[in-house]
Amino acid sequence: MSLDTSADARHSARVAAVASKQRWQDFLFHKVTMLFSLLVLAALLGIIVSLLINAWPAFQKFGLNFVWRVEWDIINEEFGAAIAIVGTLLSAGIALLLAVPLAFGIALFLTETCPVWLRRPLGTAIELLAAVPSIIYGMFGLFIFAPLFAEYGQPALQSTLGQMPLIAPLFGGAMNGIGILAAGIVLAFMVLPFIAAVMRDVFEIVPPILRESAYGLGCTTWEVVRRVVLPYTQKGVIGGVMLGLGRALGETMAVTFVIGNSQRLSASLFSPGTSIASTLANEFGEAADFHLSTLFALGFLLFVITFVVLALAKLMISRAEKAKGF
Amino acid sequence: MSVHTFNQDLYRRRKLANAIGLTLSMLAMALGLTVLLWILFVLFRNGFAALDWNLFTQSTPAPGSEGGGLLNAIVGSLMMVGFAVLVSTPIGIFAGVYLAEYGDQSKTAEVTRFVTDIMLSAPSIVLGLFVYAILVAQVKHFSGWAGSLALSLIAVPVVVRTTENMLRLVPGGLREAAFALGAPRWKVATFVTLRAARSGVVTGLLLAVARISGETAPLLFTALNNQFFSADMNKPMANLPVVIYQFAMSPYDNWIRLAWGGALLITLAVLLLNIIARVFFRDRVKV
Repeated sequence: MSLDTSADARHSARVAAVASKQRWQDFLFHKVTMLFSLLVLAALLGIIVSLLINAWPAFQKFGLNFVWRVEWDIINEEFGAAIAIVGTLLSAGIALLLAVPLAFGIALFLTETCPVWLRRPLGTAIELLAAVPSIIYGMFGLFIFAPLFAEYGQPALQSTLGQMPLIAPLFGGAMNGIGILAAGIVLAFMVLPFIAAVMRDVFEIVPPILRESAYGLGCTTWEVVRRVVLPYTQKGVIGGVMLGLGRALGETMAVTFVIGNSQRLSASLFSPGTSIASTLANEFGEAADFHLSTLFALGFLLFVITFVVLALAKLMISRAEKAKGF
Repeated sequence: MSVHTFNQDLYRRRKLANAIGLTLSMLAMALGLTVLLWILFVLFRNGFAALDWNLFTQSTPAPGSEGGGLLNAIVGSLMMVGFAVLVSTPIGIFAGVYLAEYGDQSKTAEVTRFVTDIMLSAPSIVLGLFVYAILVAQVKHFSGWAGSLALSLIAVPVVVRTTENMLRLVPGGLREAAFALGAPRWKVATFVTLRAARSGVVTGLLLAVARISGETAPLLFTALNNQFFSADMNKPMANLPVVIYQFAMSPYDNWIRLAWGGALLITLAVLLLNIIARVFFRDRVKV
């Protein structure tokens, strides 16, 4: 009897020891993994702080006016971000204008009309298009697309849209294939697969019963997508579009090859321009002192703009995914 | 009668709208595929024309000189990507385990997940600026280490997100069985969940490698380039993307030819990694 209790006591002491050891290990495990995930946060904060510190001389000299100033004179140290910001927004805007309807078409095809056995290979093909490195898009744009665009695309645009009142100046000027419009088109094909993939994913979360009810009422496929699927997935679709926008705004290589890299503002979309990312890629190597600081200021602006766009995109997509609980 | 004809009219219009919509969507799909095939065709035609033994045995040529290859760039790219993977694998997997394991209870995890998602799409050139500021500007020279660091900043979010997603796919019963046997949390996380999700985590790593192999922008201000062969990570280092960028924009024919050769190598590697990741781990991949 007494032997038993002492064995029990020994046993429970051992259990307690093991349990306390494991509690320590768990505590340690929790903290260590947390530390690693905090590294990601630290990186983000580090990026913002280091960019701001390096950009400080530029912001100090020009203040917030830096954003609106049109000068970019390296020799006289007169800098403003307006040209690069306009180029960035214009090329990304053109890209979205072209890519969104195409992505919608692809998502519609993949979720509604495509035969089931073809869905996976075609979906994979679109995902592979997203995996092609952006520098390849740039080379393709410079060597293949730009010459064709100069010979066929630009004359065609000039003789049609270029003849219309109000928008005619957009399509004027020399036609050498590279410029803001060309950059926008190349970007469009680069972001197309990203947007299409998100749209397809959110289209697939529509409860089948909604779709089937609409078909049961006699809706055509187009009507089902237009009046049931699209309203239901609205937030997710907008999120996907903004994800594409975030990519387009920050893209360097696909743009640098074809935008022309010139610090000028022009009414024509045919004329060469520059974006924030392509300015950085082109000028950073030769920059020093104050010029360098203005480039950091540009980088900071780009980071802030894309951060806001991507944050909104994430919010939209996560709300859309929560809504699937219906 | 009039109601009847009206309906006929409406019906025809609806069918027409449907036909137009579906045709346009099919055209969009065809256009997407055409672009992919066109890019691949151009790459293969120009790339294979540049492919010869010298590409792998000689270093990049000086301006104006004939011939040359990409040996230094290939080695540089492999080394930088390799070190970037070595650094980002543990960080990414641990952070992913944290998000999957403790992610539902804490605010920190929620913020981390949000930030990771943003970093996934953050402009890569800005990451280059960051590494320039904290490393290159401090030691006052470009280096392979700096390039590798910039690449790992891009790879970590990819690994974190895929790891978390894969861990969450592991059936709850498996975890609960381990807990019921009295296993502590860290053992469940590492020896049960992580092991069950192993193939998915490897997929994430493959995709991360594919993602950083083609990145050019973050290397411009960090690794820069090196015309000569160098395996010293402490010096400026040649790498395929930057060589392609500089050579493609150059006026020399042999440089442009080499750029196509390099472009083919990178694209083949990236597409191959993606296809392997998809074929071996189908139904699991989501990035």
